[in-house]
Amino acid sequence: MNNDPYKTYWRTNLKYLFVLLLIWFVASYGAGILFADTLNEIRLGGFKLGFWFAQQGAIYVFLLLIFIYVILMNRLDRKHGVDD
Amino acid sequence: MDLQIWTFVIVGLTFAIYIGIAIWSRASSTAEFYVAGKGVHPITNGMATAADWMSAASFLSMAGLIAFMGYQGAQYLMGWTGGYVLLALLLAPYLRKFGKYTVPDFIGERYYSQLARVVAVICALFVSFTYVVGQMKGVGVAFAGFLNIPFEWGVTIGVAIVFFYAVLGGMKGITYTQVAQYCVLIFAYLVPAIFISLLMVGNPIPQIGLGGTLADGTFLLDKLDAICTELGFKEYTTSHRGKTDLFFVTAALMLGTAGLPHVIVRFFTVPKVSDARRSAGWALLFIALLYTCAPAIGAFARTNLIQTVNNKPYTALPSWFGNWEKTGLLAFEDKNGDGVVQYYNDANPDFVESTAKPNGWNGNELIVDRDIMVLANPSIANLPNWVVALVVAGGLAAALSTAAGLLLVISTSIAHDLLKKWLRPKISEKGELKAARISIAVAVLVAGYAGINPPGFVAQVVAFAFGLAAASFFPAIVMGIFSKRMNMAGAVSGMIVGLVFTAFYIFYFKYGGGTPEQYWFGISPEGIGTLGMVFNFLTALTVSAFTKPPPAHVQDLVQSIRIPRSSSPND
Repeated sequence: MNNDPYKTYWRTNLKYLFVLLLIWFVASYGAGILFADTLNEIRLGGFKLGFWFAQQGAIYVFLLLIFIYVILMNRLDRKHGVDD
Repeated sequence: MDLQIWTFVIVGLTFAIYIGIAIWSRASSTAEFYVAGKGVHPITNGMATAADWMSAASFLSMAGLIAFMGYQGAQYLMGWTGGYVLLALLLAPYLRKFGKYTVPDFIGERYYSQLARVVAVICALFVSFTYVVGQMKGVGVAFAGFLNIPFEWGVTIGVAIVFFYAVLGGMKGITYTQVAQYCVLIFAYLVPAIFISLLMVGNPIPQIGLGGTLADGTFLLDKLDAICTELGFKEYTTSHRGKTDLFFVTAALMLGTAGLPHVIVRFFTVPKVSDARRSAGWALLFIALLYTCAPAIGAFARTNLIQTVNNKPYTALPSWFGNWEKTGLLAFEDKNGDGVVQYYNDANPDFVESTAKPNGWNGNELIVDRDIMVLANPSIANLPNWVVALVVAGGLAAALSTAAGLLLVISTSIAHDLLKKWLRPKISEKGELKAARISIAVAVLVAGYAGINPPGFVAQVVAFAFGLAAASFFPAIVMGIFSKRMNMAGAVSGMIVGLVFTAFYIFYFKYGGGTPEQYWFGISPEGIGTLGMVFNFLTALTVSAFTKPPPAHVQDLVQSIRIPRSSSPND
């Protein structure tokens, strides 16, 4: 019946990808572009928030996302015994 | 010491380091030549990737572009970093597991077709070649501007250096020189940035300094908004154009980054699949050090420039102004003959009527080349000459490291993909290594020649390399990994539709007389690769749904690249 022993592994990976890429999209295209004008009403010290996301914040989010994915996948690889 | 001597000393020193590394890291096999024997530590590879990725344009031009674009400059900041998320999550680990040497290798095997491989080789060659010519030109400009060496000689020296370590060491030599080049370029970028941030807002961290306050207590960005509006420019921190184009350009740059062969191939050099993911994170960290500084430099430089020169008598300007005028990067033309510099937006008709004319201004009198923002920073901040020399060495490091990475892709495409995998499959390991060395040597020379005599199309085309990569490679690779059903007919037709559409759109609007009013949905040619990518995906999915699924061994290949642990112990 189950001819693919790695089905759960792959499904979980896809789930991680979906969530992380959603955050990727929201932080850059959402906060930095589409909703930048609205976010600019909010201030973060000397920054307007939308401007900050567009020119700095999104990059920090990108970094976090990659390292979160690294941690999640290392854990998942070990759990399924597929780490290299 | 005088600036020119400092520049000679520092540039000479860095070049000696690159040559030393080249001798130490010679390649003895094709695996070492193509992928540094897959033995590069993920952090080392991250640094090399950062140097590979950040070109002369990132180093010299980006901060200046942002200074004049304001908020809109975000398209470069997000566009040239966001692609690393896609690389780490969607491409790098799987391509590393695949374990071959090139992007065309993956396309050719995954889509079981020499046609697909050859299409991929042509794309890789086209993208890499146009890109490398720009780097060579950058080397020549740096030499000509700072060492008073004729432009042609500057390019020749650059060619000689790259020739030496690329031919000798292949990917192995390139990797370790790129690490050294990263250290040079990031140091050269951060030192002036830190000092100018201290000078403007009293904070040593430029990223935070951008949100800091000036001596008079107002926030720097608020002040910048105010002075921009006063001079008839648009507000610095807000958007003024439709969001559609910004969205599409950002996406094209991100997707293009993730599809550029010289970036992807760097992830073939690490020992393990998990290292490929980690390495992408390190690469972005090293890139982000420069990229989060750039908007600060841009804003500081713009504020500083306006406050220092606008409405000041020409004779009272600081001495650096005169120095930069000599290079032609700054120019003052006293249009109304009052001896005072008037800098304002003379393309804004309302402002010209309401303010310029009543004041007797006769047009904007200050011409600023955007590259000056990074180059002039040290002198504006009154830093010693060795810092300026360091910036020159940094610009050269950025150009040379990118050039080397691109040349390697060109050489691998020819020796491995064309010769070994297509024309001469029986070629020996030694013969292939020799072919790789010869083709990189020829590529360096051709790139050098083209750098001295740039074909007219190159400068414009380089900006579109991203769009073309986004519309061709990115979808083909992603579908090759995430869909077992995707077949040769689908992938090839998708790549062709994506490429042809993107190329036609670009050529129509750049050379075919198209006007911005005719842009589809207001999308500029720089952003059209995003739409090309969508068309690629749609075509591929439709065609593959009506054609036979790929053969069983290809489906097994897809299955195997999804799992980090290898099934055969020798792999």
